[in-house]
Amino acid sequence: MAVWIIEENCTGCGLCARACPYGAIEMEDKLAHITGRCIECGACLAACRFEALASDLEEEPLPDLSRYRGVWVFAEVSGGSPAPVVRELLGEGARLARALDQELAAVLLGHQVEPLVEELAAWGAQRVYLADHPHLARYSTLAYTRVLAELIRRQAPAVLLMGATPLGRDLAPRLSRRLELGLTADCTQLSIDPETGNLLQTRPAFGGNVMATIYTPRVRPQMATVRPGVMAPAPRREGAHAEVVPVEVKPSPQDLVVELVSFTPTPRRGVDITQAKVIVAGGRGCRGREGFSLLEELAALLGAELAGTRVAVEEGWVAPERQVGQTGLTVRPELYLACGISGAIQHRAGILGARYIVAVNRDRRAPIFSVADYAIVGDLFQVVPALIQGLEEGS
Amino acid sequence: MNIVVLVKQVPDTTEIKLDPKTGTLIREGVASVINPDDRLALETALRLKEAHGAVVTVLSMGPPQAIDAVSEAYAMGADRGVLLCDPNFAGADTRATSFTLGRAIERLGREEPVELVLAGRQAIDGDTAQIGPQVAEHLGWPQVTYVQELRLEDGGRLRAWRRLPEGVEEVVCPLPAVATVLEVPGEVRWPLVDRLLAACEDEAPLAVWDAAALGVKAREVGLKGSPTQVRETFSPKGERHTQWLEGSPAEQAAALLAALRGHKLL
Repeated sequence: MAVWIIEENCTGCGLCARACPYGAIEMEDKLAHITGRCIECGACLAACRFEALASDLEEEPLPDLSRYRGVWVFAEVSGGSPAPVVRELLGEGARLARALDQELAAVLLGHQVEPLVEELAAWGAQRVYLADHPHLARYSTLAYTRVLAELIRRQAPAVLLMGATPLGRDLAPRLSRRLELGLTADCTQLSIDPETGNLLQTRPAFGGNVMATIYTPRVRPQMATVRPGVMAPAPRREGAHAEVVPVEVKPSPQDLVVELVSFTPTPRRGVDITQAKVIVAGGRGCRGREGFSLLEELAALLGAELAGTRVAVEEGWVAPERQVGQTGLTVRPELYLACGISGAIQHRAGILGARYIVAVNRDRRAPIFSVADYAIVGDLFQVVPALIQGLEEGS
Repeated sequence: MNIVVLVKQVPDTTEIKLDPKTGTLIREGVASVINPDDRLALETALRLKEAHGAVVTVLSMGPPQAIDAVSEAYAMGADRGVLLCDPNFAGADTRATSFTLGRAIERLGREEPVELVLAGRQAIDGDTAQIGPQVAEHLGWPQVTYVQELRLEDGGRLRAWRRLPEGVEEVVCPLPAVATVLEVPGEVRWPLVDRLLAACEDEAPLAVWDAAALGVKAREVGLKGSPTQVRETFSPKGERHTQWLEGSPAEQAAALLAALRGHKLL
């Protein structure tokens, strides 16, 4: 019990009982009694005028976290090789490890995945924890959580990064709760606080309208998922060596209760706009397919991929695999040309990583302009043909 | 069977605007709604109820006004609602939130065993998608995320179709379980006016539970029970210095092409 009555001081005045939001203090024989409803909120402490209430509710001192060392990257496997985000995590992880003066390690789970170690080493992993077991051949939330939780308890890393992929966002929260860690989702920026060594985890909220920097001062490891496509991929150093640490896997049948019955692959997408260097995108302002054929013409001249907003996809003006935004894809081209896009936050969330953003819109107050490097207030049906003409003349 | 649906009240972000001066969210006058994905979870639960018979309890945590979301869920067809509301719950991160929700589900389960917890994939304000898996871990139940369709089968199992980027996974999972929903076939139902009126007139079985009702300590919930803390928030605006290209369309186009050439983008 963290709050108690000092009976010799208690006058039975009942002030504390009235102050308690939970009805957890009862008066009995002119003395206050704290009942099982007490949640130790401390509201009664300020109410007592007779120093008859005491508590051990204090800000706990910061625990010693120095035994937690190393930056870990979860090496998600996708289609037999490391997912693209793993290389980005290793690039970012190397920066953090340097700032902490600690080691960068990758954690690889699967079956017969040892050949991937070489790749992880080339991307900068100095050590690879390798858990190889038939039970891990296919991703299973519970089996992967068990292996990682045991490994983390034993090895005590300071930082654990995962990709904010569908798999990462299924696994990371489960794992963080098992170990009672903090977890910051979908980070777009990471750094180390030089004073405390805390990992500063910056992420968009409200669909990208607000950025928040989160930290986890009292608990290790500090866990974050990182949005794919935002961090720069690690440089490749051929022939780099990593120490391989085999991880013992003790499978439990309870971990495999979710059975895969069938898998229907999505028809292969013709394009992958997340890799495009230049993107020409259209929204409601294109008013139809004609508007988009104009954009297509411009895209061809720029060597760009065509993309669209949710509205443009729902209207059937552009294919679903070309949708940019929160419910679509996050892109990070060198140039993003937004035509007739008002810039709902859900859309802006998907283009924050673009190097240059150009917006063409008739409404000067359109929110897309708030993220644009170059703003053109005008009718896209006049501006885009002028751009096309300018490009044709220039070439 | 007993189904618990987790719902969150969120600002309607389709209505959110930025303050042009400060770049921060304008919250005044922005309507609050049931988080869109949670609405899909509720619809899924109500269809299971119609097909198999079930008691659907909607569970939310939030400030007092979040009772509106619980009322709306009741009006859509939930049998009863519980709002977890207490000043000590404020400032919770997903660990503290999943702990509080988990304790409430355990309390519901002591009255009648809960077989299925449904939640939306993610909330539009935080976008973390963490609560479903974290509640599953709290309860020690398996989780099935990204569900686009869900059916109950004999023998206490569910069959779910998970929509992933590479394709659709069909899985079976024993109950009790937690599932997070991102889609339902067809339309989501509207609230019924008479049930909404009943909720507003305190005639519906809606309850509010505080920390004492859950038997949780102040240090386990809210800000104190949250390992993560917000250090600062800021507007992403300001990183870009917008150049306004004025003039006729031809002049604007010429200015843009010159600028792009300057950046070696052409």
